[in-house]
Amino acid sequence: MKLLVIEDDREAAAYIAKGLSESGYVVDQVADGRSGLFMASSGHYDALIVDRMLPGMDGLALIAALRATEVRTPVLILSALGAVDDRVKGLRAGGDDYLVKPFAFRELLARIEALLRRGGGSTATTRLKVGDLEMDLLARAVTRGGQEIELLPREFRLLEFLMRHAGQVVTRTMLLENVWDYHFDPQTNVIDVHVSRLRQKIDKGFAKPLLHTVRGAGYCLRPD
Amino acid sequence: MVRLLRTNAFRLGALYLALFAASVLALLVFIYFSTADFIERQTEATIDAEITGLREQYEDRGLPGLLEIIHARSTAQHGNTSTLYLITDAALHPIAGNLSAWPQAQHIRAGWIGFPLEVRTRDGPVQSNALASVFVLPDGFRLLVGRDLRDASAFRSRITRTLGWSALLTVALGVAGGLFMTRNMLRRVDAVNRTSERIIRGDLTQRVPLTGSGDEFDQLAGNLNAMLDRIERLMLGMRQVTDNIAHDLRTPLSRLRARLEVTLLERPDAGRYAEALRETVAEADRLLGTFNALLSIAEAEAGSRRETMAVVDLAEIARSVGELYEPVADEKGLALTIDNDARLPVHGDRHLLSQALANLLDNALKYTPAGSVALRAHGVDGSARVEVADSGPGVPADRREAVFDRFVRLEGSRSTPGNGLGLSLVRAVAKLHGGEAWLEDNNPGLKAVLTLPMADRSALAATRNAA
Repeated sequence: MKLLVIEDDREAAAYIAKGLSESGYVVDQVADGRSGLFMASSGHYDALIVDRMLPGMDGLALIAALRATEVRTPVLILSALGAVDDRVKGLRAGGDDYLVKPFAFRELLARIEALLRRGGGSTATTRLKVGDLEMDLLARAVTRGGQEIELLPREFRLLEFLMRHAGQVVTRTMLLENVWDYHFDPQTNVIDVHVSRLRQKIDKGFAKPLLHTVRGAGYCLRPD
Repeated sequence: MVRLLRTNAFRLGALYLALFAASVLALLVFIYFSTADFIERQTEATIDAEITGLREQYEDRGLPGLLEIIHARSTAQHGNTSTLYLITDAALHPIAGNLSAWPQAQHIRAGWIGFPLEVRTRDGPVQSNALASVFVLPDGFRLLVGRDLRDASAFRSRITRTLGWSALLTVALGVAGGLFMTRNMLRRVDAVNRTSERIIRGDLTQRVPLTGSGDEFDQLAGNLNAMLDRIERLMLGMRQVTDNIAHDLRTPLSRLRARLEVTLLERPDAGRYAEALRETVAEADRLLGTFNALLSIAEAEAGSRRETMAVVDLAEIARSVGELYEPVADEKGLALTIDNDARLPVHGDRHLLSQALANLLDNALKYTPAGSVALRAHGVDGSARVEVADSGPGVPADRREAVFDRFVRLEGSRSTPGNGLGLSLVRAVAKLHGGEAWLEDNNPGLKAVLTLPMADRSALAATRNAA
C-alpha cells in the first residue's frame, strides 16, 4: 500500500511518515501543493493525506483539481480548522475524510485503514457478515449463529458501522461522527457505554467474542 | 473645483441641466412664434375690418363720402399714425390720406404689401415698416389701408428680450441648483469617506453621522454603522477570547513543563520516563480538550455561526442527546426520563445546541450520585424551554451565577473530571440563539434551564420538505 503525504510542516510530515512506515505502508512526502498535485496525478497511490493549508496551492484546490481530472484516490484532509462548516467544505471539495489537528496517530491510522478498505461497492450491499454474525440491511435484522438479536435503532447503526469496517480499528471519534453525527467531544466516555451495551447483546453467551477493545485506540470487530 | 468636475454627481447634474435648458428653450421658441403670429394676424384683421368699413362707406356715400372720412380719420389720428390711409387716382397721384406718396411697396402675398416708412415723432424721424392692403375702387381710384408695424415690432422685440432673459435666468438657476445639489450630495459622501478613512487608519469607534432625514444617505450610513458595530463587537470578542485563552492555557502548560523538567532532573530510568511520557500525553490531551472547549465557546460568543443557522427541531435534538446519555445513566443506576413535545422549532445551530444539551446532561449525570435525572423539552409561552433536573446535591444559591464563568468549579467537584467550561458553553450558545440559561433549585437537587425563542412552526415543516 502506497501513501502520499502532502504536508508543509516538516516535523509533522516526518512524524506521520515514520508512523505510517512502521505500520507497513510505503510513504512518499511532499511539502508544497503544486508538487503534491503533480505526484498525486500519477495515480500511483492508494490514498493521499493532504494538509489543508499548503504553500503553492491550497489543499482543497488540490483535491478539487484531482477530482476534476478523474483521479479517484481516497483523500484524508488534515486541518487545524475544525468547525463543522470547514469539514463540510473539505468533504465537498472531494475529500473522503477530515481529521482535525492535533490528532492522535492511532486516529489517523484507523481512518487511513477505513479509507483503504472503502470502495468495495458498499452501497449495493444488503447483507453484512462477520464470522457467524449476520446483518440484513433491508429487513433490519441481526442474527448470530442463526439466533436473532434484538437491537435498538441506534445500536443497529453502531453495529452496521462496525461491520462495514470489520477487521479495522474504529476510534471513538469515528463512531461519534459517523453514528451520531456529533463533532464535539462528550466529556464522559459515552461511546464506551454504548459499545459495551452492544457487546452484551452480540457477544454474551457466545464462546468467541467478536467486538474487541483496542487499548488506547478504539474498537475492532473481527471474527477470530 | 476640479474634483467637483470629476464627480458623478456633477456629471449627472450637467446632463439634467442640458436637458432642462433644451426643453425650456423649445418652449420659449414656441411661445415666441405663436405670439408673433398672433400679432400679425391681429394687424391683418384690423386692416381687413377697416377696409370693409370704408368700402361700405364708399358704396353708401360715393367717393366724396369716402374722401371725407379718410380726411377726418387721417387728421383725427394726428400724432398717432399707427393706421395709414391713402387714396390715389389711377395714376397713383395721392388725393387724400396721411401718406405723402404711393410707397415703394413690396408684394408680400395676395392682397398684402409691405413698405418702409419714415415716421415723424417728437424725437425726430424714425424708420419703421408698414403692412398694408390695397382696394381698387371701380373708377380706377385706389384705397390703401395699412398699419405702422412699429408697435408690433416693439412688442416682438420685447418678447424676444424677455424670453432671452428668462432663458438665461433658467440656465443660471439650473447651474446654481445643480451646484448646490451636487455639493450637498458630495458633502454626504465625503462624510462617509472621511469616516471610512479614519476607520482604515485604525479608529474603529468612528461612525458615519446621520442627518435624521431617513433618506437613502441616512439608510446607507445606518447600514454602514450597523456593519461597523458588528465588526467592532466581533473584534472585541476575539480579543477577549485570545486574552482568556492565553491566560487559561498558561497554567496547565506550566504544569506540563514542570513535570517534564522534574523528570529530567531525576536519575535516568526507562520505566519512569515512560510513565512521565504517558502522563504528559494525558495532560496534553486534557489541554487540547480545554482548548477545543474554549474555541467552541469563542465561536458561539463571536456569533460567526449565526450565518449558517437554520430552523432545527430542539425536541429532536433533546431526544437524540438524551438517547446518547441513556446508557450512561443506566450504568450508574440513575433513572433518566426524557419528556418532550413533538416538535420545538428553533432557529439555531444543531451542533452547538447538541453540545450544550450534552454538557447539561453530562453535568447532571456526573454530579448525581443516586436518584433520577429528567430531561424535559417543552414549548412555553412562545419559547422553547429545556430543563435538566437532577436529585443531586445541587449548587448553593450564591454560586449559581458564578459557575457559568469560565473555569469556575465548585469545591468538592475537583476530583471529578471536567474543565469548568461546560456551563460557559451552554450560556454562550444560549446567548448566540437569543436565549437564556440559568440554574434553579430543584428541591432537592439542581435544575438547569435553557430557553430559546421558538421559530415559526411552518418554517420547520418547510425546511423538512425541502430536505
